[in-house]
Amino acid sequence: MEHYEPESLSPAQLSAGRRALRGGSAAVGRRSVLRASAGGVLAAGGLGALSACGIPAAGKGEGGIAADDRSDKDKRVNFSNWTEYMDVDKDERRPTLDAFTKRTGISVKYTEDINDNNEFFGKIKPQLAAGQDTGRDLICVTDWLAARLIRFGWVQKLDPAQLPHAYANLSAQFRSPDWDPGRAYSYPWTGISTVIAYNKKATDGEKITSVSQLMDEPKLKGRVGFLSEMRDSMGMVLLDLGKDPAKFTDDDFDAAVARLQKAVDKKQIRRFTGNDYTADLDKGDLAACVAWAGDIVQLKLSNPDIEFAIPDSGYMTSTDNLLVPNKARHKRNAERLIDYYYEPEPAARLAAYINYVCPVDGVRDALAKIDPKAAANPLIIPDKAMAAKSHAFRSLTPKEEAAYEGKFAKLTGS
Amino acid sequence: MTTLTKAAPPEADEPPAKPPRKRGRLVPYWLLLPGILWLLVFFALPLVYQASTSVQTGSLEEGYKVTWHFATYWDALGDYWPQFLRSVIYAGAATILCLLLGYPLAYLIAFRAGRWRNLILVLVIAPFFTSFLIRTLAWKTILADGGPVVGALNNLHLLDVTNWLGATDGDRVLATPLAVVCGLTYNFLPFMILPLYTSLERIDSRLHEAAGDLYARPSTTFRKVTFPLSMPGVVSGTLLTFIPAAGDYVNADLLGSTDTRMVGNVIQTQFLRILDYPTAAALSFILMAAILFMVTFYIRKSGTEDLV
Repeated sequence: MEHYEPESLSPAQLSAGRRALRGGSAAVGRRSVLRASAGGVLAAGGLGALSACGIPAAGKGEGGIAADDRSDKDKRVNFSNWTEYMDVDKDERRPTLDAFTKRTGISVKYTEDINDNNEFFGKIKPQLAAGQDTGRDLICVTDWLAARLIRFGWVQKLDPAQLPHAYANLSAQFRSPDWDPGRAYSYPWTGISTVIAYNKKATDGEKITSVSQLMDEPKLKGRVGFLSEMRDSMGMVLLDLGKDPAKFTDDDFDAAVARLQKAVDKKQIRRFTGNDYTADLDKGDLAACVAWAGDIVQLKLSNPDIEFAIPDSGYMTSTDNLLVPNKARHKRNAERLIDYYYEPEPAARLAAYINYVCPVDGVRDALAKIDPKAAANPLIIPDKAMAAKSHAFRSLTPKEEAAYEGKFAKLTGS
Repeated sequence: MTTLTKAAPPEADEPPAKPPRKRGRLVPYWLLLPGILWLLVFFALPLVYQASTSVQTGSLEEGYKVTWHFATYWDALGDYWPQFLRSVIYAGAATILCLLLGYPLAYLIAFRAGRWRNLILVLVIAPFFTSFLIRTLAWKTILADGGPVVGALNNLHLLDVTNWLGATDGDRVLATPLAVVCGLTYNFLPFMILPLYTSLERIDSRLHEAAGDLYARPSTTFRKVTFPLSMPGVVSGTLLTFIPAAGDYVNADLLGSTDTRMVGNVIQTQFLRILDYPTAAALSFILMAAILFMVTFYIRKSGTEDLV
């Protein structure tokens, strides 16, 4: 960085500076300084610097995985989560977290700084790749990102001895995903069901019950939404084509892309959305869409026209998972927090508030005491018939992931 | 350094060895230092890094290495030229709309507003006190399918016209190019109005009287006096509108559809979703080069290089 000193400015910059400072109009001077600096930088930075950059391979960070665990001395845990993913009472306090602090003496710094898996990955990647502490002890990300973090070796193995409730109470449905057999690294925070939702008023009372209907029904033209999460949208289309998202081939995927492309081409589909579809569906700008069940449970409370449907072909299930990143300072505290949320009582309180699928067995009785309606809702506690239709998207190799995301991006217009 | 002393103006012609003078000579450089440092750290270094990324190959698992793979540029341009073209067209349309809407308003504020001037200026800037995202989302409500705006446009058969132009599709505005252009226009309008206002406000109103005395009609006065004198405002206003609008992706994302994606959306997708950093970097460079080229051409053409 020698060119930080004025003495070592390049000749071009110096002469430009001189010209500017000694007379001549200020405007011309300013411009020539800029021009000269740009020239100087290109010369100084030069091609050597170009080839010196480069991004090292992921997962080969130096300095090991664990940091010394300060959990015993420092009774804190830093928890990063999605927005609207924690119970909040009228005074803006978080009852279940407060109860945890009261019982264990561990204070929780709870931050809602995850809005999008891709963006969050971009945020934590530099530190994790460099083998540094992210400042977070517990993060919550969706399956495919959890799988990627595990593959890169960027998260720590959990200690089963610290997780008795979690081990005992985890629903069978979520016990052994192919990307984390036996849940060595992760525990689900919530289950997410991807279903069909529609606005009765906007469809003139017609029931929308299949993905084919979404893609073909002329009445819905220009008022259908799909999700911008590739796995959720493509999984639903694969199911509609009779393929199993847990074991499909490249050809199956291409067929599903072609099927959805046809719907895009005839302008059936209005948009590929993130969480923002809820407002559109509420207003009726979207008549029907692929939706996340938790949102629909909440939306139904304020708008009775909103309905959901589980297609006969099945629906997609995924989870948002708790993980401890490398170099986290309070791993044991984080594990205690995970275990706490697998006790039926806190789990029920959480489920009653956020309305997503609860991954904890034996929560139904506890939930029935707080909110009997929620306990009977299959979108929160799936019944047998519903669980039988649930499908997960298989984990992808990095090559497949890039190829599929690329094809899906083309489909969505970029 | 000798040339420096020789070229010095007469009143500064003192012995150069005198310490206070010497320090005085260095002061301008020290004053430049923060600016140059800022440029280096936040503009030049990222640019070098980006240039390097654009010629690398690899993947996240294996790491990226510089392989001077310039084909990335061709591939990116070949795959995404429609989005580039769209960005230029949308940004251009938004800039023209901004000029058409902004010029009369700036004229009004500068010459006719009287004691309301400050109030109107505040009204122009006030929307900026809320976030860009909120302002864009508000347009989803304004242009909602069943809403009064779209209803009125349908009743007046104005949407038939825009349908024919290919700017809308059917009886709605949201999720069409028109909505994206509306969003861009609205979001960047103040960047047009403020430079226009400052350059109009500087015009001596006696020039208008003189033009009247010389029997110029109001339209002639505008054409021959006011507009030429406001050219610096027009040029900087159009630049301040066009450049950010061409790189914008929020409006296309929230108000658009699959066939309204702009190059900003492609870069975002490549960078965050597909993790293809070289393509994202190459696309950014192409966009930068294209804008630089167009702006240079424009400034040369409008002959206002010294006024910007």
